[in-house]
Amino acid sequence: MASLKDIKTRIGSTKKTKQITKAMEMVSAAKLNRAQGKAEQFQPYQSKIREVVASIAKGSEDVSHPMLQERQEIRKTGYIVITSDRGLCGAYNSGLLRETYQLIQERHNSEDEYGLVVIGKVGRDFFKKRNMPIVQEIVGLADQPEYAEIKNIAETTVQMFTDEVFDEVFIHYNHFISAISQKVTEAKLLPLTSLVEEAEEPKEESSGRLSYLYEPDAETILEKLLPHYAESLIYGSLLDAKASEFGARMSAMRSATDNADNRISELTLSYNRARQAAITQEINEIVGGAAAQS
Amino acid sequence: MSTMQANVVTPDGTVFDGEVNMISVRTIEGELGILPRHLPLVTPLDIGPVRLKQDGKVQLIALSGGFMEVRGDEVNVLAESAELPSDIDITRARAAKERAERRLQEAKKENIDFRRAELALKRALNRLDVAQG
Repeated sequence: MASLKDIKTRIGSTKKTKQITKAMEMVSAAKLNRAQGKAEQFQPYQSKIREVVASIAKGSEDVSHPMLQERQEIRKTGYIVITSDRGLCGAYNSGLLRETYQLIQERHNSEDEYGLVVIGKVGRDFFKKRNMPIVQEIVGLADQPEYAEIKNIAETTVQMFTDEVFDEVFIHYNHFISAISQKVTEAKLLPLTSLVEEAEEPKEESSGRLSYLYEPDAETILEKLLPHYAESLIYGSLLDAKASEFGARMSAMRSATDNADNRISELTLSYNRARQAAITQEINEIVGGAAAQS
Repeated sequence: MSTMQANVVTPDGTVFDGEVNMISVRTIEGELGILPRHLPLVTPLDIGPVRLKQDGKVQLIALSGGFMEVRGDEVNVLAESAELPSDIDITRARAAKERAERRLQEAKKENIDFRRAELALKRALNRLDVAQG
């Protein structure tokens, strides 16, 4: 059995760890709040673009754009994978990376068939270690990323689709459901076929949809708007992923704190047992000594 | 004087939200002024200032491209970035202008870097213009 002093030191160090995890939990909670606020701020922008693009796609049937059409032959697929820069956030990264890795292994036979655009250090290291083709990477994003920070990577990715380097682009990230639950999500980014489908579906509000004047014309606007929209989708997913990251970190740190609590009470129990055992032994020795004398 | 609701929205949040008498923007084809009760309209915007006229006062906003949607008495400007004069960092814009000018000198025409430097210069000049009223 460990000595009294040993147990005491372990209680001390566990308490210190608990303080740290507790602090990290609270920091993550605050950051989660901010990230959610940021995602809310972004909402109007995205829904507006969506509305306008959908109404153009609906209003003029003859308008088509390569970004709205499914390609006949898929030669190369792009994957955008959003991970975090740091660990200590439970299964946030590992779950996502495992699923992405398996999907890619199932879908593709050779490395020429896909390319990866990785956001976050953990994901980059993961794919680098496995020698998978990373086309672009970005690490060290701020906790509350600005649009300008990812504009470049979003733009080039969309450009690669336009240039037919990629024939379709998927985005993998953790979708924020609540502070304690995130879901690994795969979303098809390009081509924007879902947008067309949605525009074709009759919606209740669509009866009030206005027919716009297009200046200079609908095609030019689509030309400008669709890349914007795709980029904003990437940014939206990033904000979503960031909120998930803080949620995941918060719950990971909370369970670490709870574990530390349990550990401390267990250790305190064994400390008290050891202390009692020591006292009992001492009494026994005294009684034994007294008996020997009489 | 009749008014309309104007919103200037960027991915990082709303920059302007209020009633205006007139809004004038720079589209990719030229200047365009919108008065209340305009027909529904969608148009892409170039890098340039947005002028919002409010009771005789003019509010300027530096816009880095985007698009505008007009419908009924509501105008929505969606931009990648938009700044009020008070939010513009003049020293940074100046530095960006000089950097872009230097790049333009170095880069050859029809080069992708040339295009980028040109756009950067345009943005910087636009910011400086707006900041200095």
